[in-house]
Amino acid sequence: MAAALNKPRTLFEKVWDQHVVLQEPESPAVLYIDLHLVHEVTSPQAFTGLRQRGLKVRRPDRTVATMDHSTPTTPLSVPIADALAAAQLDFMKKNAEEFGIRLYERGSAQQGIVHVIGPELGLTQPGMTIVCGDSHTSTHGAFGALAFGIGTSEVEHVLASQCLLQYKPKTMAITVYGRLGPGVSAKDIILAVIAKIGVGGGTGYVFEYRGEAIRALSMEERMTICNMSIEGGARAGMVAPDDKTFEYVAGREYAPKGAAWDKALAYWKTLPTDEGATYDAEIVIDASSLEPMITYGTNPGMGISITSPVPDPAQVSDPLEKLALEKALAYMDIEPGKPLLGHKVDVVFLGSCTNSRISDLRLAASLIKGKRVADSVRMLVVPGSQQVKRQAEAEGLDVIFREAGAEWREAGCSMCIAMNGDQLEPGQYAVSTSNRNFEGRQGKGGRTFLASPLTAVAAAVSGTVTDVRTLLTENIAIN
Amino acid sequence: MAQFTTLTARAMPLLVNDIDTDQIIPARFLKVTDKNGLGKVLFCDWRYQETIPSVDAAEGATPRADFVLNTPTYAGAKILLAGDNFGCGSSREHAPWALTAYGFQAVISTSFADIFRNNSLKNGLLPIVVDAETHATLIDLLEEVPDAELTIDLESQSLTLPGGQSITFPIDAFARNCLLRGVDQLGYLLTFEEQIKAYEEVQHV
Ligand code: SF4
Repeated sequence: MAAALNKPRTLFEKVWDQHVVLQEPESPAVLYIDLHLVHEVTSPQAFTGLRQRGLKVRRPDRTVATMDHSTPTTPLSVPIADALAAAQLDFMKKNAEEFGIRLYERGSAQQGIVHVIGPELGLTQPGMTIVCGDSHTSTHGAFGALAFGIGTSEVEHVLASQCLLQYKPKTMAITVYGRLGPGVSAKDIILAVIAKIGVGGGTGYVFEYRGEAIRALSMEERMTICNMSIEGGARAGMVAPDDKTFEYVAGREYAPKGAAWDKALAYWKTLPTDEGATYDAEIVIDASSLEPMITYGTNPGMGISITSPVPDPAQVSDPLEKLALEKALAYMDIEPGKPLLGHKVDVVFLGSCTNSRISDLRLAASLIKGKRVADSVRMLVVPGSQQVKRQAEAEGLDVIFREAGAEWREAGCSMCIAMNGDQLEPGQYAVSTSNRNFEGRQGKGGRTFLASPLTAVAAAVSGTVTDVRTLLTENIAIN
Repeated sequence: MAQFTTLTARAMPLLVNDIDTDQIIPARFLKVTDKNGLGKVLFCDWRYQETIPSVDAAEGATPRADFVLNTPTYAGAKILLAGDNFGCGSSREHAPWALTAYGFQAVISTSFADIFRNNSLKNGLLPIVVDAETHATLIDLLEEVPDAELTIDLESQSLTLPGGQSITFPIDAFARNCLLRGVDQLGYLLTFEEQIKAYEEVQHV
């Protein structure tokens, strides 16, 4: 045992080992969960299950709920048009009250997308195990937490026992070295990673993002990267905590204070991967070689750099892969063999748990300031939380977006997922800062190009898919 | 929990790679607070000509003749033969709920997304992983003999083709036992109450 403890370990292994309650032979580990985040869509059947069994929530103090997915992003004064959504929100409220869970409901000053409010409230901390009935729980790994999405049955398991049955995943190091060029951001790194490994490439792995380019990113940029780990098939993505992490957490509502802080900090500093620890797989990316990325197809792995041509099915030999590409291009109604540059865009969505934090809004606002959203484009700007919204309004960002002709909405998942009233019309093209471009994800028949906030703004002002670097040059020329 | 022991049934080929859970069950049907009725809107946007706004609206909708679920050739199939990486994307357990409500009891693919696999096992839906060669054999078989019946025996972890050819498939011992005996995983977890309490005390959580 002592020898095993001295073996160099990765960040993931340290967090995993720390949370194993017990491990029976030929069985999954019983893993303790420090924080359970809950939202209205994947929890109702779990609470019903508890009621049927006469069970309580074991640790309401480690369970936090919000409303985001089916929650409209219209002002509170506008009644909820969808009766089913209204009933789902009511049920969330009833469940939270009955089981004694903190709930940031619609209208609350802390309400927002579950993966935005966790970090913002200081609930998300290094070294924790965090789960939620939502695949983008991987976001919280940016803090050096082991955070992953679970299904509704598992939501019930965690509510009842604060534990999960889990097999230990493998580890993959994703090392990003070099420096990003102008107009290239965290979103482009992760889109490039997924384009490289494919949507199933990370299945069975936990990613650890490493290297100088990751160290150079802010906490919010790291969240953007970890958020999309699931789009590469990995349930979790992690970044070792460092001073930026500690600074981000310090002073937040649920962050440890005083002596508890000192103790936590000492522990957090032991988390980074030991020298000599090994991973089951590794990929390496040169940040300086990256361009702004955009997806052309119907899964997040179908991404290219913005100046590259859309792949041609004629050049794909595997029959099922060829079919997938043909099907995607037919759905998207785009031609292979040439870049997407200049392709018309009807809607631009700036939001989602990938890119709706204050730094995303600041960056987008700085580029759109003094410009106009093209007449043919509808642009929605949807802050990830009420706190982000207030901060943005205090900085006047809402005015910048509104003056440019964009809509400024209440916090929620909005047009990332077509279930709250915000959605594409059939046939429309969107440049979206969200994380999924699956068929119909943003509305039945809608077509999504995933990209960074900067690329989204470039599309909004020009009305077409545009290389944001051309706008940066113009800006510099004007200045 | 739902049990799975043996199954002899026809299989339906849906040979698309990377089928995500948004296709299996689009998000607009996730506003339900129970698990019922989702079979009618399984693969909804590939299946019907109209846009179906709610589960109830699927009644009387026009099926798309070119979608495999609507072809009489594979009617009554209880096994889905899918392309690579089935069930990627969203963690929604509504996906296995919809598949089982429709009548599927097993899905065969070369790989499954992790969360989908976990969710399926908890709902008596058996995810069977086969290698590319077996996958190709099954595709050919269903093309030649669309009403071919496959036999799955979980105890022996075998998949048997009509000609008698048999393949073993991998599944971890725990999941296998749970399915064979219909073990309630939450019930199992709750038997560790003492250990969980001890962990909480030692770790001060
Ligand atoms: S913003 Fe989109 S991806 Fe994120 S939690 Fe909401 S629906 Fe899921």
